[in-house]
Amino acid sequence: MKPAPFEYIAPESLEEALEALRQNIPDARLLAGGQSLMPLLNLRLIKPKIIIDLNRISGLNSIKEVSGRLSIGATTRQSSLERSQLVRERCPILAEATKHIGHAAIRHRGTIGGSLVHADPAAELPAVALALDAKLEVIRDGLSRAIPAEEFFIDYLTTALGPEEILRAVFFPVLRPSTGYAVEELTRRHGDFAIAGVATAVDLDGEAKIAGARIALFGVAPTAVRARRAEAALKGQKPEADVIRYAATLLDDALDPPSDIHASGAYRKHVAAVLTVRALERAFQVCQKRGA
Amino acid sequence: MAGKRAIEMTINGKRCEGIVEPRLSLADFLRDHLGLTGTHLGCEQGVCGSCTVLFNGETIRSCLLLAVQADGAAILTVEGLAAMAGSGEGLHLIQQGFLEALGFQCGFCTPGFLMTTYELLNENPSPPEEEIRERLSGNLCRCTGYQNIVAAVLWAARRLREHLDR
Repeated sequence: MKPAPFEYIAPESLEEALEALRQNIPDARLLAGGQSLMPLLNLRLIKPKIIIDLNRISGLNSIKEVSGRLSIGATTRQSSLERSQLVRERCPILAEATKHIGHAAIRHRGTIGGSLVHADPAAELPAVALALDAKLEVIRDGLSRAIPAEEFFIDYLTTALGPEEILRAVFFPVLRPSTGYAVEELTRRHGDFAIAGVATAVDLDGEAKIAGARIALFGVAPTAVRARRAEAALKGQKPEADVIRYAATLLDDALDPPSDIHASGAYRKHVAAVLTVRALERAFQVCQKRGA
Repeated sequence: MAGKRAIEMTINGKRCEGIVEPRLSLADFLRDHLGLTGTHLGCEQGVCGSCTVLFNGETIRSCLLLAVQADGAAILTVEGLAAMAGSGEGLHLIQQGFLEALGFQCGFCTPGFLMTTYELLNENPSPPEEEIRERLSGNLCRCTGYQNIVAAVLWAARRLREHLDR
């Protein structure tokens, strides 16, 4: 239960980190919060030759509002998301989602960037990024590119991040004050990985009809997935119980949940539909309350 | 063998040094290099919470932090609890609470519960039972069924409030 030996460097600038990464492909691993990487090392499931610790790079952990978007640095701790006044005011769904992640001791170290790059299909933050069409800014060699969340999550624990690239920041849209939102998940115990979960953000128009609904499911496919058919069915409708229940029946096509010791695939699918109804009902309540 | 490096940190208020391999966890540094064996290692993969310590004032899993990452940090371990204000008979009131309420049986998980409780009661001196259970959900105990642990935290919270009022 001890990691295999590795070299360790803790660069103080992103440029240094990128250079170290470039020189050590494919033997290097980037260390952010370490809440997923360290177990993999301890269990010797991975044996990198060099660990590049990003925690001493300054400026990589700031939360800022920049022209209508929230820019969140990759090494921002999950506990900072939870506490940030700016996040609570401008993108409160992030703070709500973060509460579901592990436990306080995990969130004190775990980072938003680590969670997104690790891309566990049962994780909350990738689902929120997907639901809100967040953009992930990755950098390599002085070049940066912004990858839409939709294109970032490719498969189980697999993202579009290139071997020479480092995630620098994530951009989330600022939610309108009237936007309703909810994150629901089912776990055996608080902090466990979700058996299934859903993150949703909804808007109503002037006639109290649904102007738009964004729904992302997690724990039920190799990546988080958008429930596009359900979103389309909600648009233009009144947010009434039968409309919501009908939308939740449209999840099926997108889902291929795995069966494991915790739940069968069929059960996960059922739970995803139940949670979608709950999340939408609560999101519309929030919407009506915030809009009033 | 990957190059060793010199580190120093403040542990329970005392400056400590060591020369360690990068792969050494903070937990192993505390236990094997410094003899601070109060911090226990259960799963070594961040699940059980036994190795919980405070790192710059916040609870972390010391099995998931490299000792080299703690270079320059301030660490509080269970050994540091007993020496703090609020102690009686050589124990911190939180430890006293676990004794009074029979909040442990084998005691293996207890150091982690104590450190988690310490942080909880610093943040909220009067947590309701639900909050206690949620906060302690990151620490596993295979003996007690948790009932007495929750009672221990409630006992400690009450006594700490009385202690502060005096």
